[in-house]
Amino acid sequence: MATVSLRNVKKSFGKTDVIHGINIDIADGEFIVIVGPSGCGKSTLLRMVAGLETVTSGEISIGDRVVNGLEPMERDIAMVFQNYALYPHMSVFENMAYGLKIAGTPKGEITARVEEAAKLLQLEPYLKRRPRELSGGQRQRVAMGRAIVRKPSVFLFDEPLSNLDAKLRVQMRLEIKQLQRRLGVTSLYVTHDQVEAMTMADRMIVMNGGVADQIGKPLEVYGNPQTEFVGGFIGSPPMNFLDVALAKDMPTQAARLGVRPEHIQIAQTGAQAHGKVLYSEALGAETLVHVKLADGSFATVRQDASLAQPEEGAQVGLAWSKADQITFDAHGQRC
Amino acid sequence: MMLNSLIMAMGIAIGKIIISLLSAFAIVYFRFPGRRLFFWLIFLTLMLPVEVRIVPTYEVIAGFGMLNSYSGLIFPLIASATATFLFRQFFMTVPDELAEAARVDGASPMRFFFDILLPMSRTNIAALFVILFIYGWNQYLWPLLITTDPSMNTIVMGIKQMFPSGDDVADWPVIMATSILAMIPPVVVVISMQKLFIRGLVDSEK
Repeated sequence: MATVSLRNVKKSFGKTDVIHGINIDIADGEFIVIVGPSGCGKSTLLRMVAGLETVTSGEISIGDRVVNGLEPMERDIAMVFQNYALYPHMSVFENMAYGLKIAGTPKGEITARVEEAAKLLQLEPYLKRRPRELSGGQRQRVAMGRAIVRKPSVFLFDEPLSNLDAKLRVQMRLEIKQLQRRLGVTSLYVTHDQVEAMTMADRMIVMNGGVADQIGKPLEVYGNPQTEFVGGFIGSPPMNFLDVALAKDMPTQAARLGVRPEHIQIAQTGAQAHGKVLYSEALGAETLVHVKLADGSFATVRQDASLAQPEEGAQVGLAWSKADQITFDAHGQRC
Repeated sequence: MMLNSLIMAMGIAIGKIIISLLSAFAIVYFRFPGRRLFFWLIFLTLMLPVEVRIVPTYEVIAGFGMLNSYSGLIFPLIASATATFLFRQFFMTVPDELAEAARVDGASPMRFFFDILLPMSRTNIAALFVILFIYGWNQYLWPLLITTDPSMNTIVMGIKQMFPSGDDVADWPVIMATSILAMIPPVVVVISMQKLFIRGLVDSEK
């Protein structure tokens, strides 16, 4: 159990800067999700904390120790990889025990710890099997088990759920979160899936092009995005970005207007924008209506399924309250 | 003679596997200056078969006083570009995450090699062992050159020596019987390793 802090951490490969200085203090037991599109540097950041990648400048500390120059094993971390990275020729038991065996833990204690982890993860019937005889979800659990048995002070997850199918992903997401709560181990979790980020994080770091655009609690990030990128990336369907001319009393530097799809209503009276319905997607509980506005831009409306569903091609008016709109300047920053 | 052949073939097969495993490990997993250069140098030796370099090799072995010895029979044939190349290709298909997971688990490079890479290459090693054993067993030209002492002759040479020269009458039944006997060890190796051998050639264990 430990705190983790990053002080102006930068990374460059040759002349290309991939991470432009990240600062964060992570409290003991906190679950931090690093989220961003492919190539934003999120995995690189995690690998720097793990010690698999060198730090170009800045300082990473785990607990009270600066760990920049330490080998991964000396950092007291455990990592779960995207493709699990289980040793194919070893049984589940041996896979989980390997780290302890190297550390020279007595045999009795290894067995006890592995069995405890296996019980926690419901892996007991599979301890003698090889990884290839397991399903994706079970392999995922073994990878988790390998991390747990070492009782590290920090867990690192590198997109651990991206190889699972949609249903299993939802289930494992919950399991990982519960497990982390129960063990109370500080965790860093990398994902490109904003749903995982929203559901699992105590706090999340939204990364874009090597910069942490916003660090905050999920709902805070969702409700109050600091940049246009964050607004567009977090939330599905993404935030609508509209012309500022559609609203009155805007700050002078405002260039774009962001409104969440659920905050727009289809209304005949008091509409601020007008457009033609391109198509609507009925998802059961809700309906997404895609509208092409008069100025050629697009907007998505998320409305309750009980409301009348507009015909395709119909002219509709869109309304939203002033409190729900967010303005961005020409550089995509809040204003 | 059978024993000489056996020692030579085993020496060549095992030696080649050890050396090529280690060199492939170095080339794939360590970043040292001239890594590519060394790989290509090893690769280049594929173009120089034993026969091409046989005179200088003989000179060197004679200089070391290794004529008529097992080391003389084995060492010149022990480095293998083919095997190195094969293991390099195999190691490159092993996911990087595996090496990283081992690092996080605290395994030193050699520990990773012995605990993870070696067991994973088991089938490849078996396949290669079969091929190299037969290669070593069937060597003819090299043993002919460096062994003059009959006690160091190999079985393949022995069969050749039974052939009639000049006016001798050939004792074909004996020659044929010897040939059959000479085939037994390679056959035993193939059969005993058949299962692994086929797996090594057909599927990759990942």
